Amino acid sequence: MVIKDQDSTEVLEPQIDGVETVELAEGELPESLLRVRLKLGWAGFKKNWKLFSENKLGLVGLGVILLFALMAIAHPIMRSVGPWQDDNVYDPVIGFSAPVTDFEVVATEADVVDPDSQIDQVTAQLWCFGSVAGDICSINQTPAPPSADHWLGTDPLGRDIASQLTFSTRAAFLLGTIAAVVTVAVATTVGAIAAFYGGWIDNFLMRLADLVLLLPLIPILIVVSGLFTVTMPLLGVLIGILSGFGGTAIVLKSQALSVKVKPFIDAARVSGGSNMHLIFKHVIPNVLPLSFLYMMFTVTEAVSLEATLSFFGLINADMTWGIMLSTAQTQGYLRSGLEFWWLLIPAGLAVSLLAAGFFFVGRAMDEVINPRLRSR
Amino acid sequence: MLKFIAKRLVQMAFLFFLFLSLVFFLLQAQPGDITSQFLDPTIPAEVQALLLERLGLDGSIWSQWWAYVTNFFTGNLGVSFSQYPKEVIDVIAERIPRTLFLFTFATIFAYGLGFVLGKRLAWRRGGFGEASITVSGVLLYTIFYPWFAILMILLFSSSLGWFPISGFLTPEFWRGAPFTGNEVFGQLLLSFTISAAFIIGGLILASRSEERPQQRMFRRAGYIVAALAFVLFWALRTEMRPFAVDIIHHTVLPVITLTLIAFAGTMLLTRSSMLETLKEDYILTARAKGVPDKDIRDHHAARNALLPVVTSFILGLAFIIGGGVVTETVFGWPGIGSLLLQATVIEDVPLATGALGFIGILALMAHLLVDILYSVLDPRVRVQTGN
Repeated sequence: MVIKDQDSTEVLEPQIDGVETVELAEGELPESLLRVRLKLGWAGFKKNWKLFSENKLGLVGLGVILLFALMAIAHPIMRSVGPWQDDNVYDPVIGFSAPVTDFEVVATEADVVDPDSQIDQVTAQLWCFGSVAGDICSINQTPAPPSADHWLGTDPLGRDIASQLTFSTRAAFLLGTIAAVVTVAVATTVGAIAAFYGGWIDNFLMRLADLVLLLPLIPILIVVSGLFTVTMPLLGVLIGILSGFGGTAIVLKSQALSVKVKPFIDAARVSGGSNMHLIFKHVIPNVLPLSFLYMMFTVTEAVSLEATLSFFGLINADMTWGIMLSTAQTQGYLRSGLEFWWLLIPAGLAVSLLAAGFFFVGRAMDEVINPRLRSR
Repeated sequence: MLKFIAKRLVQMAFLFFLFLSLVFFLLQAQPGDITSQFLDPTIPAEVQALLLERLGLDGSIWSQWWAYVTNFFTGNLGVSFSQYPKEVIDVIAERIPRTLFLFTFATIFAYGLGFVLGKRLAWRRGGFGEASITVSGVLLYTIFYPWFAILMILLFSSSLGWFPISGFLTPEFWRGAPFTGNEVFGQLLLSFTISAAFIIGGLILASRSEERPQQRMFRRAGYIVAALAFVLFWALRTEMRPFAVDIIHHTVLPVITLTLIAFAGTMLLTRSSMLETLKEDYILTARAKGVPDKDIRDHHAARNALLPVVTSFILGLAFIIGGGVVTETVFGWPGIGSLLLQATVIEDVPLATGALGFIGILALMAHLLVDILYSVLDPRVRVQTGN
């Protein structure tokens, strides 16, 4: 497989409008180099932010990500100083709480006058085995609908949904971060090495990238998680490697090719830089901005892949959004319609929203980095 | 052209060889030893050794690797653990047509819908309609698939009752049926293939002819003959028809779900590719000449915007196959994707790796097809790779 005419993307050089040029005496600097760099960086950031903020969807995406970040921070705060301090109730994994309703046991179904406080003897055996008419049967209500104590209700095992939801946010961010960092590391290295050396190294790496690009991630990860014990950090690394080796490496290679022929590479070579020095000090820093864009898409992918795999029960983790849905599914609550909406909606919506947030930010960054995509 | 296809085929075979090796080394890297897992420790040592020898597990890792790869290429995938005497290849052969069916239809619909919507979006840039379709497209693209599939089932099957909740056929309806599900399904596939052949034939004739009205005529004739052939095919099989309808009825919702998940990628790409094409000078020329808007959009712009879209097919294929695994699982569609998951969960290693191998073949084959299509669309590719 060959990607034909992959759009070459131009990297925006940092804008130097914000820095005044001062006449200098030879060998004298008005301020330290670090400060100049910071100023340059700040000016570039301001310029890029202006471009970014023209994209409304990108801003919305950023807002969504920030909201989730707040949720991730909220969980430990709520658990340590907030109202969720009771470990037995609000722990996302082992907590339990259920409103108890006392039912009066009556002989037959026909005797039930008020179904909210009476229960027939046969049905009562499900909860209070051996109870006879006239007894009081206390039933734990799980899953319980949202209430003042449990803002999003409880799951089929009596655990607080809001606590689970915020707890899982942290895991999602951790996974996304690991996957993104690994992707960038793998993709820039592979792309730069392939572009720099060319020849059979390039050929081999690119064929491997083709293979990774062609193969669907979900089936592979399903089999891998069947053969190995996959934890969240490991999954992050796996997704990072797979998505970094595929399309991202190919795009970054084409970018690195255009960097490779720039005069400063020759200059560095002439002044005696080794190949490794050239790759890591000159080529990689110049393709890095582009790779940050693909980081966003990797996070999108990682978040939904993780949720899918844990929905199938293949990930070894305490609590994630996928596991929340999986619990509801295995306990038989998902197909019963929207009656138990608090089991179905929050977890699924969280996965979708966070993935969409990163995707929107990625697209907005694409417009910043790739000027041809801008509207006017 | 033949040379081009042959070259691609060799490349594909090499890629598949790489893939199989990866799968093999994954198996080897798994913690513990697969031999000790399935050799009863209470049996005498010499019997164990004999068993190992007969299973070909006594050799070095390289000889085992070679045996694994050659066995796969000769269709010997071993015996399933969970469905014991059954060969893995038989289990897969039973399921692969169903996956192909779901996959083909979803792919065609997803790309068709994505392309048509994308070109319209680019044409009318900046309206509320554009924004809302783009946003909902992206939301569908990044949505949590199993969740989306469940919501679709809740809406269309549980609440509205339009479609069956899950499965491949209605068991009570098929009780005492004179056909097996696979027979009917085979006939369905046959009829669709015949129709597709007519449509493709019409399109090829249309692309060969010079005149626009003639092109249109050939295209329409292709559609009409295809439809007629389909109707005739099922008119002759009165007994089988209700069963075929039952299967189709079960297919609709999974296909719709998979299409909705997958179309947005194509739509967004067509849109940006169209936007670039619209800036070209020849579009301005066409406008200046007074060519009708619709003609500019469909013939001048969309035709040229199609190339990167076809390239993206490659990425989209992997995406659809992955989505297909989820869709099959949630809808209980007994295809190769749900087989893969089931086999993985019950640790039926030969079946799981066999299914994974076939999913790999599916991806590579689909990709080969796209590559050929691409070279038909853009002769430059052929020239480039020929040199």
